[in-house]
Amino acid sequence: MIELKVNGVRRAYYGDPNMPLLWYLRDEIGLAGTKYGCGVGLCGACIVHVGDSARQSCLTTVADAAGQEVTTIEGLHPDGNHPVQRAWRQHDVPQCGFCQTGQIMQAAALLAENPNPSDEEIVEGMSGAVCRCGTYQRILAAVKTAAEEV
Amino acid sequence: MTRIVNVSRRSMLKGAGGFGALVLGARIVGRPMINAAVAATSVGTGAFEPNVFVSLDTDGSVAIVCHRSEMGQGVRTGLPQIVADEMEADWSRVSVWQAPGDPSRYKYKDNQNTDGSRSIRHHFTIMREMGAQARDLLERAAARQWGVDRGDVYARDHRVHHTGSGRSLGFGELAQAAAELEPAGGDGAPRLKDPSEWKYIGRDLPIVDLYDMTTGGATYGADVRLPGMKIAVVARCPVYRGRAKTFDATEALEVPGVEQVIEIPPLGDRPAEFRPLGGVAVIGANTWSVMQGRGKLKIDWEPGPNESHDTDTYESQLIESARAGGHVIRERGEPDGAFAGAAKVHEADYYVPYFIHTPMEPPVAVVDATRTPVRIWAATQAPNETRQYVAEALGIDQADVACNVTLLGGAFGRKSKPDFAAEAAILSKRVGAPVRMQWTREDEIQQGYYHACCAQNLKAAVDDSGKVTAWRQSAAYPSLMTLWEPERNVGSSLENGLGLVDMPYNAVPNIRIENGEARAHLRIGWYRSVNNIQHAFAMNCFVNELAETTGRDHVELLLELIGEPTNLDLTADGVEDYFNYGDPIADWPIMTGRLSNVLRVAADKSGWGKSLPRGHGLGIACHRSFHSYVATAVHVAVQDDGNFSIPQVDVAVDCGRYVNPDRVRSQMEGATVYGNTVARHGRITTKQGAVEQSNFHDYPISRISDAPLDVRVHIVEDYTDHRPCGVGEPGVPPFAPALANALYQASGKRIRRLPIDTAELART
Repeated sequence: MIELKVNGVRRAYYGDPNMPLLWYLRDEIGLAGTKYGCGVGLCGACIVHVGDSARQSCLTTVADAAGQEVTTIEGLHPDGNHPVQRAWRQHDVPQCGFCQTGQIMQAAALLAENPNPSDEEIVEGMSGAVCRCGTYQRILAAVKTAAEEV
Repeated sequence: MTRIVNVSRRSMLKGAGGFGALVLGARIVGRPMINAAVAATSVGTGAFEPNVFVSLDTDGSVAIVCHRSEMGQGVRTGLPQIVADEMEADWSRVSVWQAPGDPSRYKYKDNQNTDGSRSIRHHFTIMREMGAQARDLLERAAARQWGVDRGDVYARDHRVHHTGSGRSLGFGELAQAAAELEPAGGDGAPRLKDPSEWKYIGRDLPIVDLYDMTTGGATYGADVRLPGMKIAVVARCPVYRGRAKTFDATEALEVPGVEQVIEIPPLGDRPAEFRPLGGVAVIGANTWSVMQGRGKLKIDWEPGPNESHDTDTYESQLIESARAGGHVIRERGEPDGAFAGAAKVHEADYYVPYFIHTPMEPPVAVVDATRTPVRIWAATQAPNETRQYVAEALGIDQADVACNVTLLGGAFGRKSKPDFAAEAAILSKRVGAPVRMQWTREDEIQQGYYHACCAQNLKAAVDDSGKVTAWRQSAAYPSLMTLWEPERNVGSSLENGLGLVDMPYNAVPNIRIENGEARAHLRIGWYRSVNNIQHAFAMNCFVNELAETTGRDHVELLLELIGEPTNLDLTADGVEDYFNYGDPIADWPIMTGRLSNVLRVAADKSGWGKSLPRGHGLGIACHRSFHSYVATAVHVAVQDDGNFSIPQVDVAVDCGRYVNPDRVRSQMEGATVYGNTVARHGRITTKQGAVEQSNFHDYPISRISDAPLDVRVHIVEDYTDHRPCGVGEPGVPPFAPALANALYQASGKRIRRLPIDTAELART
């Protein structure tokens, strides 16, 4: 049995400890905001927070998260109004929207660690999260806006 | 004028569409009407339903149907925005409902297949009429209630007002009375607003799904969960048209969570169309288990007829075929004579490889084939084709198949081909439970419908004064029509119509455009902007070569080649079957003046002609596609090792009348990044028939670290009184040639082949 906390809720898991956190979140507890895009840590659509750091949940097993606090997009802010989420809306960032939950989780972790990032630091920090619609210039702008509030 | 019925007068239609009226629970204003827990259906619960697109409740809440698929272009905002404007509805009281596939309700000028950048241009007027009709009925209902003249009432901001008395009634208060009226048709058809009266059309509105997309609440294909649903992945033959000779599922079935292994029959000799390729499916309780189980299948594949397909040799064959040409599709003047008598002949070969779509969300569909009607929830661009191929796979009538459309996590053409939904249907039927068919990224890259690789031979004759007197362009590529005609060995008018036969250099007196022959060895399919990508790349780069050859400024030469503003008449050059994106040439002509216009704007905004530091370059390209005119100017800074950055891009776009300028800008920004992937990353190769790439490590797509981050979009306003044109695709084609031209200026290295190899740009 593995115990972990997801968005503040205590969870017990009895299945395969090697199941990636991504599929545990999506299939086992129905948190669909975390997305599958590549399964091998190359796209960032599945980024969540484990403790304070951004993790690709497709490369993190449930066992890796044992005893830890996992935060998904659904738990980032009670009303969905984290400064990063608000900045995303201010800049109308999403097109298809699919990757944006991972982008937002990455950006929130980046700003928590570095509240005043330079453009170069934002680009480096966000480079693991792919957006096929190509919303990058708005992502950059939104992270900068959010940084003013964090 | 479209005939529009007041649906609320025809109660038998309520709840029609194959689902029953299941929507009430999810009907909350401001929430998108995509809900996995219930079968989404069309509007059918409001007090007043003037037509199938509008529903008004007595509390004043309005639901507007979006009948096209949202894949990032903003259609769920743009189409309803038009309706709301003409209706005088208050946008804050509008919710958007997603239509299921239902041609009986949603087929007007066009079908529901969301591709070809058609949604706004084919539905702009219809959506206006839908909104105007609702407004008209509400106004007439108020006039009747007050016993006043129809001409003395008017709707504004969700109320109907009487000019004489200052009385007014809210839309909700009028809903029931309006539902009793007959819509006016013919001469009495409601007047459409003058553009000066528009309050939403032409204005930025945030997309309706913005909150959900930023909180994890938006529902995509893979997010649909049904009670008792199973998950499936399929092992398919690495070679197109191959099949499993034998397989051993023993170890796969030992994986905890794996429940069944089922064979899907191979394609055989049938045309591929949108049919499943066949393969071995692993089905179980969760995605992780079935993925692991698939890895443990032992399959002996029979590769079939495409085993020898190897892109290294295929590329050489296409180049030879393009040079040879042979199928003339446009001819003007006497090109042979012009070449023979030229002072100089310049010739070059261009090559663009196979690409694959890589939407962030791989194909996925949920199908419940255990009951009638069979129900589909799919990330699909084409809900009715999805119904068609699911019905075929199950051997049932299409009328017994219903298709709900979720949000699409990107699509780019892949999701108008519903093979994945047909797979889900076959498996759901076999296992007796709803099935989610999950494609992995590897599946998406290795088993897709590929953008046609293409070789082109370009040749120009130049006279003593530096004038271009003849233009020869020949393209060889496998045709996407081979999906239906597997033996076809030459391009189609559809593909040739994507920027080849309509080559816009109208001032050239002698022209010959040709196709060489090629056979298909993969499934070929449309990909955002389709063949425009290679055609625009080759011709825009080649003009840059000619500018150098003739010692001319590139923009000046382009303007000279395009010539005086006119409507290009291809029939005069013997082209009888010009595709024109499926539209009448009279309605959407090829206006060369608009092309020159955007070119001038992009040149001006980019500071064309300015002096640049060493290692920097400014390149430009222009192209008409999907009726829109786009010119892109790219500024590059190349390092000694050949790596480069793109400090600025200027995009000038003339898309005629537009609805939501922010979504026009976002599409141009995104198309620029998409073009960046085309130019620098995209390349699918095959060995022994099998695609060699598998995921983003060997099929990279543009990241924030290499993307242009200062894309300045200039919406050209000169032709906004013309019909709306496409927006989703036209921004892609000019980017790669503009970049290549910029790199030439910066590095002196010609790029005639994509993707660009930075090693070749290094200073030696």
